[in-house]
Amino acid sequence: MAPSEEDGGGNGAVEEKEKGKKRKLGALATAWLIFYNVAMTAGWLVLGIAMVRFYIQKGTHRGLFRSVQKTLKFFQTFALLEVVHCAVVRTSVLVTGVQVSSRIFMVWFIAHSIKQIQNEESVILFLVVWTVTEITRYSFYTFNLLNHLPYFIKWARYNFFIILYPAGVAGELLTIYAALPYVKKTGMFSLRLPNKYNVSFDYYYFLIIVMFSYVPLFPQLYFHMLRQRRRVLHGEVIVEKDD
Amino acid sequence: MGGRAGFFEVEILDWETKKQLCFLDKVEPNATIREIRLMFHKLYPRWYPARQSIKLDPKGKSLRDEEILQHLPVGTTATLYFKDLGPQIGWTTVFLIEYTGPLFIYFLFYFRMTFVYGLDERFTSSPHPVVNLACICHSFHYIKRLIETVFVHRFSRGTMPLRKIVKNCFYYWGFAAWLAYYINHPLYTPPSYGKKQINFAVIMFLLCEAGNFSIHVALSDLRRNGSKTRKIPYPTKNPFTWLFFFVSCPNYTYEVGTWISFTIMTQCVPVGLFTLLCFIQMTIWAKDKHCTYLREFKDYPSHRTPIIPFLL
Repeated sequence: MAPSEEDGGGNGAVEEKEKGKKRKLGALATAWLIFYNVAMTAGWLVLGIAMVRFYIQKGTHRGLFRSVQKTLKFFQTFALLEVVHCAVVRTSVLVTGVQVSSRIFMVWFIAHSIKQIQNEESVILFLVVWTVTEITRYSFYTFNLLNHLPYFIKWARYNFFIILYPAGVAGELLTIYAALPYVKKTGMFSLRLPNKYNVSFDYYYFLIIVMFSYVPLFPQLYFHMLRQRRRVLHGEVIVEKDD
Repeated sequence: MGGRAGFFEVEILDWETKKQLCFLDKVEPNATIREIRLMFHKLYPRWYPARQSIKLDPKGKSLRDEEILQHLPVGTTATLYFKDLGPQIGWTTVFLIEYTGPLFIYFLFYFRMTFVYGLDERFTSSPHPVVNLACICHSFHYIKRLIETVFVHRFSRGTMPLRKIVKNCFYYWGFAAWLAYYINHPLYTPPSYGKKQINFAVIMFLLCEAGNFSIHVALSDLRRNGSKTRKIPYPTKNPFTWLFFFVSCPNYTYEVGTWISFTIMTQCVPVGLFTLLCFIQMTIWAKDKHCTYLREFKDYPSHRTPIIPFLL
């Protein structure tokens, strides 16, 4: 799911928590998080520039994924660290885990594994969305950690997602849909009966279930971000529904 | 102001809006919360007592039925807060529904009903004896649970929210269908170590079921006189209860053992996955129970662990 993440601030930030308190991190943790967020901002910037250069030089999106895939894989996989960061930054491990996992899934289990769909337009769509989102997000965290957050970055983080989030979801869903015929034909990642573990797994139906799971999950995350936006940008106090 | 001639006055407010929902005058000082719930129910018929959370503080814990009005930290005009807990369902009913489902769902697959494995395989039976054995064990397990629900268990709380049962049923019934599908599949492969593996699993299964039953009986005996208070469980003459020496919740220990034995018997990954999830869930419950015991009893045996002796 194209994550313009979850609760207020997310990873790597001195948080603006619900009560407006600022949390203090140790000096070493802060130094590492600043380094991490600067590095990730730079990485996604490089990726974005590479994509633009490719398109200007070749005039087509065909082969774009192949040319940027190493950089994409490196920086997106590196983001697994953010689950570990949750221990320090007090973001929900579950939410971060789900976000990062869905990205890893798209990169490695769809785009990398099913080479035939790498030239689809939908791939470019979600790549562009991810790039803009991540550059905004990581620079937001960086400036937050440095206690010097320019308003336009805050504005960007809490406004871009309104368009980017649905666009990213569209890109991802269209890509998975395009991949389905190839998965069915090759039977990849699937386990058939009989086998001594008495279990079977059909990647094709698994992908269909994944696509359907966007239906309940996407609105929840989207409206959560909208609530965050109202709270951060307009100082409204929103009462969260307790279960 | 105060009540007349020793009586209390009780006003009940909505916990969120603070609106006054009712005003009871001439309440006996030694009235219990249970009686107040009944009075409230008369005024609001749709909020039966099990749905009422009555508390002293809008965000506080619900008061128990047995609490007595004059022993509470209130003046002679008491202000209580009401929260609607939503539709409730009795624990006995919950368990009956949760356990009958898997029992019958398994049969759908065992007898290979038409729609399950395709028309060629309907109503056929498996060439492997272990498949019949698995059906017997699975059914035995759930029938035992149903019998315990009706005759053995004594519940301290009467009800649970209705919403939860839908979620629970999806989980238990869904998993039962998933593992029954593979065990009774025409292409099922029997365990790799054959009879040795199956016999070992059966013995372990029977021991764990007997153990689990013994613990349930022992726990039920602690509440024989109908009291709702907790007591420390101790080992009895029954050797299966000697696990109480080491563990706070041996019933969960035996239950995990049952499912491990079923996994070994069927050598089926979905069963193993279900076992793992059961283990995680029961460890959480056992740790909770263990902490409650430690909190309530100063003389609780300190060497006991929640679910696995010496380890967890």
